[in-house]
Amino acid sequence: MSQETEAVLQLLGDNEEQILSQWLQEAGANASRITEAGRRAMRGEAEDILRGLREALRAGGDPEAFQAPAWNALRGALEALSRSRAAQGQSAGDTSVFVLAFKRPVFGLIQERMKSQPERQMGAVWTVSTLVDRMAQWTVSTYQQSREELIRRQQQDLLELSTPVIKLFEGVLAVPMIGTLDSSRTQVVMETLLERIVETGSRLAIIDITGVPTVDTLVAQHLLKTVSAIRLMGADCIISGIRPQIAQTIVHLGIDLQGIASKATLADALELAMQQQGFVVSRRPA
Amino acid sequence: MYRIPILQMADTLLVTIQVDMQDQMALALQDDLANKISSSGAKGVLIDISALEIVDSFVGRMLAGISGISRILDATTVVVGMQPAVAITLVELGLSLAGVRTALNVERGLELLAQGRRENALAR
Amino acid sequence: MPAEDGIGSVPLRSEEDIVASRQKVRVLTQQLKFSLVDQTKMITAASELARNTVVHGGGGAMRWELLDDGLRRGLRLHFVDQGGGIADVKLALTDGWSTGAGMGLGLPGSKRLVHEFEIWSAPGQGTQVSITRWK
Repeated sequence: MSQETEAVLQLLGDNEEQILSQWLQEAGANASRITEAGRRAMRGEAEDILRGLREALRAGGDPEAFQAPAWNALRGALEALSRSRAAQGQSAGDTSVFVLAFKRPVFGLIQERMKSQPERQMGAVWTVSTLVDRMAQWTVSTYQQSREELIRRQQQDLLELSTPVIKLFEGVLAVPMIGTLDSSRTQVVMETLLERIVETGSRLAIIDITGVPTVDTLVAQHLLKTVSAIRLMGADCIISGIRPQIAQTIVHLGIDLQGIASKATLADALELAMQQQGFVVSRRPA
Repeated sequence: MYRIPILQMADTLLVTIQVDMQDQMALALQDDLANKISSSGAKGVLIDISALEIVDSFVGRMLAGISGISRILDATTVVVGMQPAVAITLVELGLSLAGVRTALNVERGLELLAQGRRENALAR
Repeated sequence: MPAEDGIGSVPLRSEEDIVASRQKVRVLTQQLKFSLVDQTKMITAASELARNTVVHGGGGAMRWELLDDGLRRGLRLHFVDQGGGIADVKLALTDGWSTGAGMGLGLPGSKRLVHEFEIWSAPGQGTQVSITRWK
């Protein structure tokens, strides 16, 4: 370990409380809009980061090799910070500001404690500055990933919510498709439907497209792929809710439905399904 | 080389593929099944691929091959347990596996085989 | 398990290598947190191309690159061999073509499983196929 790093490590260890409270002050933790719980959370984050940093320095971590195991704890603390800020909807800038605010209290201490050794002061300041910049960089890149992950998850949830897979009765599932069918939507629907078929052991899936305004070649392709996958797995399906205009489009585009049973209404599809599954509906005498 | 075991239950042969097969292993399975169908007079073959996370064109060809061979030897093959991700990928790959009968699980597969035997018996 | 490096390569000379390449791609796609379906598509494409390299290319290697352009992460695989090369690449990319006993799949099928697909090949100069999938 270099002399500068050793000195910095000593400084961080001897003045933990002072550094933490000044850092939090610098980062705006004492602003009136921050709640008590918020302040406690920020304190926790700061403590974790400081602890991770000291651990890394003790283990002889090299800031140039930030991916090395010595930096694991620090990276973890920074990632946790990023994720929580991303989830709160704060910007990447705000997140890195928090990290960068660490510099001031430490520089202050370096100046104070190394007054008599200006050359060593320079080295220590440089070491800390490089480290904190690296930490801020890491938070920003993790932040971006967290935001993307969050958005993707929200989109996924939305897609799944908007396309329920309903178990009609033993062995028959129904999927009412509502709204435009784009590529990603159909994929999610396909995956969800296939998984549910396996889970429920259903033999038949009724895909109802009453709520789909238009069917173009792409949509038809996606539907056909879904049907092929269902059949490959050993189940079958019926497409229902085909409006006359859609039937015309299908013929006009030359789309081959490959022997897939299709019915105009969900009711008709249900009847066919029951027939196929060997169910009979009878009415009790009044 | 490890050969995938074939179990016999009455006149049905059961195969469970649980390893990521080398090409040779798949060919050996096809071979062994053909021999076993012939020697045992089995009427049904059930291949459980529920543990297979990857089915590429080679494995697909093997499954289609067994289907065809068994048909010629007067037996029916049913492939069961295809995982959704595998089905989606096979469709995209363009592998139709035409002629390969499939069922969702072992139970359904055995039902299918039994049904086939009943139909055969009635036809005679 | 320690994270995989950003680049690397595995040999493709034998059948065992084809299996190994599938396992390697599984590890890489899991590291990138691909969805299960996307993992399956990438591994299956890799299996097809790895087999081509071993069976038709006289052996070669699979190189990988973990991609990160700041906006998204991805995986790029290069399948390289010094074999006879493909005389008519355009034909090879048309569904229904095959030199071996097959269903005429392989290249066109693999192309559909990935986001980016590039192929360089010429008689006597070997073949390189590169495929990419983004998360």
